[in-house]
Amino acid sequence: MDTIFTRGPSLNNRLALALALSVLLIVADHKLAAFQSTRVYLNSIMSPLQYLANLPSVMLNFSAQRLTSNQALVSENSRLTNQNLMMREQLQQFEILQAENEQLRKLLDVPVEPKVHKMVVELMAVDNNPFSQQIVINKGAIDGVYLSQSVLDDRGVVGQVMEVGSTNSRVVLISDVTHAIPVRSVRNNIRFIASGHGDMDELFLEHVPHSVDIQPGDMLMSSGLGKVFPAGYPVAQVESVVHDESRPFATVKVRPLAQLDRLKYLLLLWPHDAPRQPEGSALRQVTGQPKG
Amino acid sequence: MLIKARYYAILLSILIALVLQIMPLPIQADLYRPDWVLIVLVYWAMALPHRVNVGVAFLTGLAMDILLGSALGIHSFALSVAVYVLAANYQRLRNYSVWQQAIIIGLLSSFYHLMLFWLQHLLTDIPFQFAYLWPVISSMVLWPWMFWVLRKARRQLSIT
Repeated sequence: MDTIFTRGPSLNNRLALALALSVLLIVADHKLAAFQSTRVYLNSIMSPLQYLANLPSVMLNFSAQRLTSNQALVSENSRLTNQNLMMREQLQQFEILQAENEQLRKLLDVPVEPKVHKMVVELMAVDNNPFSQQIVINKGAIDGVYLSQSVLDDRGVVGQVMEVGSTNSRVVLISDVTHAIPVRSVRNNIRFIASGHGDMDELFLEHVPHSVDIQPGDMLMSSGLGKVFPAGYPVAQVESVVHDESRPFATVKVRPLAQLDRLKYLLLLWPHDAPRQPEGSALRQVTGQPKG
Repeated sequence: MLIKARYYAILLSILIALVLQIMPLPIQADLYRPDWVLIVLVYWAMALPHRVNVGVAFLTGLAMDILLGSALGIHSFALSVAVYVLAANYQRLRNYSVWQQAIIIGLLSSFYHLMLFWLQHLLTDIPFQFAYLWPVISSMVLWPWMFWVLRKARRQLSIT
């Protein structure tokens, strides 16, 4: 029975209520960040849908793995063995250099840099929201992930954790419009701030005076200022420097070294002063190889 | 009990639409992803305006905000307004042919995307790109098929 008494509030009232609530939520969430802790639970409630949406790609990967030919596996194996050998050789040199560096630091009475815990994580979903660049990874609060933790891939810095769920978390990429990362030029140690522009393979350096010595090809490392990203990880390479004298600052475009559009395995870092460290069981995965 | 079970079909269709909305796609196809959620809500609001209207749209919008990681309230705002426009005019829209409805869906979808853009623009200064409006075309193309599928489901389960 659709009587006038069972209909509830009129459509206009409903709209007014919905809009008022929405605006309230936007202000509370964005301006006041009132949902930082609640978001964990909200994300956990919604994560079954996320897993469901991810199912086709998981199945596709699985069947692709099943169907790879023996020959492809053998050739991949030999390629990886070669790569492993090359990397081990580099690692030997690196270990010697590290030991040497530590000795020199001790001689100079500079504190030795402590070890950083790492964990391999897998990409779960890429956001299709065109206004923001975020990805979802398959580790969350129960693995020790914390807010604004740094995320790397095999080439450089990818971004930082912006929301932690219980079993997955959301990472904002360095190319997002809301993101900026403090960097340092490797060639001459000048500090810059590289901010995202919504474009996966382009960042801009902000407020660079025309007189600053910066050239295309310069490598930029994370400077460790700002206390979010640990120092010394590669971030980007300078692509072009335009000195337009009619503008107050030079326009410097840089290209992120991490391949933001083809991420698969990522690395989470736990510096020694991180708010929390992963449990022992989770740490074992650091030495283990990623699946697949 | 049986009557109650039928309403789960509406909920289920919205959940499926949410999954399709966040399903990872190759980057080339991602630009053209139709507004699954908007289309499903629009269908139910047109067919059963006393069951699905602004309230359901608001809650679905919140779910989308959580799934997409946008600030809470953005999608619920845009979906509420879009569904309101439809629910206020459902009697007229029902009498249109499916192709005329597709054009209305296109208008509604572009309004929805512009609203999303404006809201996000207020929060972060993102530049406007015409690529944001590609889903309008794909939604228009998808509408006749979705209309057919959902009507079939509604009649089969006789949801009223």
